Amino acid sequence: MAQLAASPPRSAEVTAPRVRPWLATATLAQREWVRFVRQPNRVFGAIGQPIIFWLLFGAGLGPTFRMNGDAGAQVSYSAYFFPGSLVLILLFTAIFATISIIEDRREGFLQSVLVAPIPRWSMVLGKVAGGSLIALVEGLLFLALGLTLGIPFTAAMLAQIVLLLAVIALALTSLGVVIAWRMDSTQGFHAIMSVFLMPMWLLSGAFFPAPPHVPGMSWIQWGLALVMQANPLTYGVAALRQLTTAADVPLPDGTPHMTTCWIVSLVFAAVMFAIACKMAGQRTAGDML
Amino acid sequence: MNESAAIRASRVTYHYGRRKALDELSLSIARGEIFAFLGPNGGGKTTLFRLLSTLIPLQEGDVEILSHDLRRQQAAVRATMGVVFQAPSLDRKLTVRENIRHQGHLYGLSGAELRARESEMLERLALADRAGERVEQLSGGLRRRVELAKGMIHHPRLLLLDEPSTGLDPGARSDLWNYLHMLRDEHGVTVVLTTHLLEEADKADRIGILHEGRLVALDTPDALRATVGGDAITIHTSDPGKLCAAIAAEFGCEPQILDGCVRLEQADGHRWIARLVEAFPGRIESVTLGKPTLEDVFIARTGHRFWQATGDSPAAALAR
Repeated sequence: MAQLAASPPRSAEVTAPRVRPWLATATLAQREWVRFVRQPNRVFGAIGQPIIFWLLFGAGLGPTFRMNGDAGAQVSYSAYFFPGSLVLILLFTAIFATISIIEDRREGFLQSVLVAPIPRWSMVLGKVAGGSLIALVEGLLFLALGLTLGIPFTAAMLAQIVLLLAVIALALTSLGVVIAWRMDSTQGFHAIMSVFLMPMWLLSGAFFPAPPHVPGMSWIQWGLALVMQANPLTYGVAALRQLTTAADVPLPDGTPHMTTCWIVSLVFAAVMFAIACKMAGQRTAGDML
Repeated sequence: MNESAAIRASRVTYHYGRRKALDELSLSIARGEIFAFLGPNGGGKTTLFRLLSTLIPLQEGDVEILSHDLRRQQAAVRATMGVVFQAPSLDRKLTVRENIRHQGHLYGLSGAELRARESEMLERLALADRAGERVEQLSGGLRRRVELAKGMIHHPRLLLLDEPSTGLDPGARSDLWNYLHMLRDEHGVTVVLTTHLLEEADKADRIGILHEGRLVALDTPDALRATVGGDAITIHTSDPGKLCAAIAAEFGCEPQILDGCVRLEQADGHRWIARLVEAFPGRIESVTLGKPTLEDVFIARTGHRFWQATGDSPAAALAR
């Protein structure tokens, strides 16, 4: 600083370095939102496919679907598949949001963020918060469709649903950042999406319930049940199912308790966000084009 | 060198795996000067730019930027420096003003102060009437101006630019240099840039020539040219090897062979031409005489032609 004083500034433009991480987070999140709104195909892409899935699978699988054996016959597949479709919307939106990291890197925008005087967590949080907000809004649009199922929403339930959607969206967007951070092509991300993210969703109870633990179950069923139990997304789906199912409608056997669902979902989001920050904090030659 | 240098680097070495991209680089850049790192592609410019811009961590050696240690005071370095990348760093879906505003937020500016800075930047770079347009609709020259506006929004004391003329037409290049000179003269901003264009480096106050990761020359363009021994004489001949040896034997000087021509540097070039033509009648097809250029400096320091070292033709490089 003594050296700075030794050379008098020739203009009054010397400003003290300021670091405002939350401002950076807000501005990056806002940018995500503006980009999203300006690309209408993204708006449609993230919500269109889950709606189509929901309608088609609901109609196609409805007649043959039986939950919990014969006792669950009264649960329609549309109703069963509803929370799963909701999570699929979050997943797709999170995927679109994190693919944009690869685009940001390729188009060069990321490099100016990387040399800005902000901590890396604020950059990651900007991306994740922006992506999650978009996912949340799309999820809420789909939730409105749920009214057609005659789900009796109370204000307290709705508040819990919104909060839960936000937590799941945070977890999935952070997971997307973890996957996308070191990637240089969107093709690579699509590959991961097919072999990892979609199976993760399929095995979360979104599409079908876990096979019940009964004597004589095959080892494949046993393994499937184990994987579904270990999948953190299972708990988000289960919680959403409990919040969107009327009290007199039965739940699938083995549905975890609501508290467990909340804890697992929160831990999932926190761990994924921490890993994303750690990864983004490492500077490597791969940061450049 | 000045006590309070803008950039002071000592023994900076950088490896990509086993390849050495920078080799014990030491130099000092004074405040308020326009400094150009000149070198062929692969000479180490880009690595140096990435190090200075904090994109990659310092491996060996020390760097001080505006009295801040690059390794330990990274946040302070980032806050006091503006960076303009070679690859565009703009969000094409956003407008000019939005791009500048986001950048301002990243540098901790907000509210009325940021709005004032935005207007100032738009005005200064003659972008005011394009402020509401999306970047994807702008030409390359205009985009570079937006990059400059972004890089200067927080009034940095040092502006770092990577190959700033790339993709600009001559008019836009001249605008760019007028702006850089204005920053230096009116605001005392230190400008550090990399370039592989000889004529661009010539406009800088001082030049550092990088070759294979080493700094092979460091001075003002004129001083560097003066180090080359006088005029450059290039002789076209059918057998350069023989003629080269003959000239060396006859005159006791040290001609070189470059691109199939014999080349020598001597004071009083015009007298030498007469002597050479008389001494080797019929063996010289043509002779050209030139004042030394920065390329001659490069040849003298490295033994290579500049464009050979880039593996590039001047035309191809200019077209990029």
